Amino acid sequence: MKTRRDVFQAIADPTRRAIIGLVAVSAMTPGAIAENFDSTRQTISRHIQILTECDLLIQEQQGREILYHFNPQKMKEVSDFIEPFRKFWDDRFNTLEAVMKKHQSKK
Amino acid sequence: MELKTKVDAPKNRQELFITRKFEIPVNLLYKAHTESEFLTQWMGTNVRKLEAKNHGSYQFETSDAEGNIVFKANGTFHECIPNERLIRTFIMENTGFDVQLEFFDFEALSSETSQLTMQIVFKSIEQRDRLLKMPFAQGLNIAHGRLESIFK
Repeated sequence: MKTRRDVFQAIADPTRRAIIGLVAVSAMTPGAIAENFDSTRQTISRHIQILTECDLLIQEQQGREILYHFNPQKMKEVSDFIEPFRKFWDDRFNTLEAVMKKHQSKK
Repeated sequence: MELKTKVDAPKNRQELFITRKFEIPVNLLYKAHTESEFLTQWMGTNVRKLEAKNHGSYQFETSDAEGNIVFKANGTFHECIPNERLIRTFIMENTGFDVQLEFFDFEALSSETSQLTMQIVFKSIEQRDRLLKMPFAQGLNIAHGRLESIFK
């Protein structure tokens, strides 16, 4: 049975973020992913499992090999969570910058 | 393109970080946070009181076109070091949110540019996540309805 995993928990880990970065460039086998890290294959395989459980990676059977693809849609859901809040502050700070620049030019 | 404003909300932590680089000197960035004339302009709220000094306090208030108060917030400054640091509490009144503790770090990147790092500490992870899920997409446009009704 699959455990329901939290996507935020999944991307909180630096190794898992690095794996996403690799797979986003091109689909890879677990062995090819593991070659990029000093950790044991078992450890990497555990990270891959977590990323797959929360749909950040998608498995594809190719002959005897399994390829892992990145799922950009899921990543978008993650960034969308804080995006409205970020945009709100970005707008405010843009105004702050404009107000202070105007004040600076008056001096 | 790199985003100017970054928000980092680490999982399972009751805090969040907001970072922003500005194309203004650090003294103007600090002024924007400590003088009512400027705060009013960029925060879009009336500043009823603002004593930017250690143990000073502040009050913000926003009214809609009919004069109804739609947003009220207040807090106390714990530490004010010009062009370096502000530590204050912040509470939005009548919203069910508890008081937040806010750290503002001001940093000069060059004589004409600066950076602000805000660390906001909430009473609980649940309260932080509730704040993040508020309808910011609508710009929290408080003129279009009483803020209290948004929270309830």
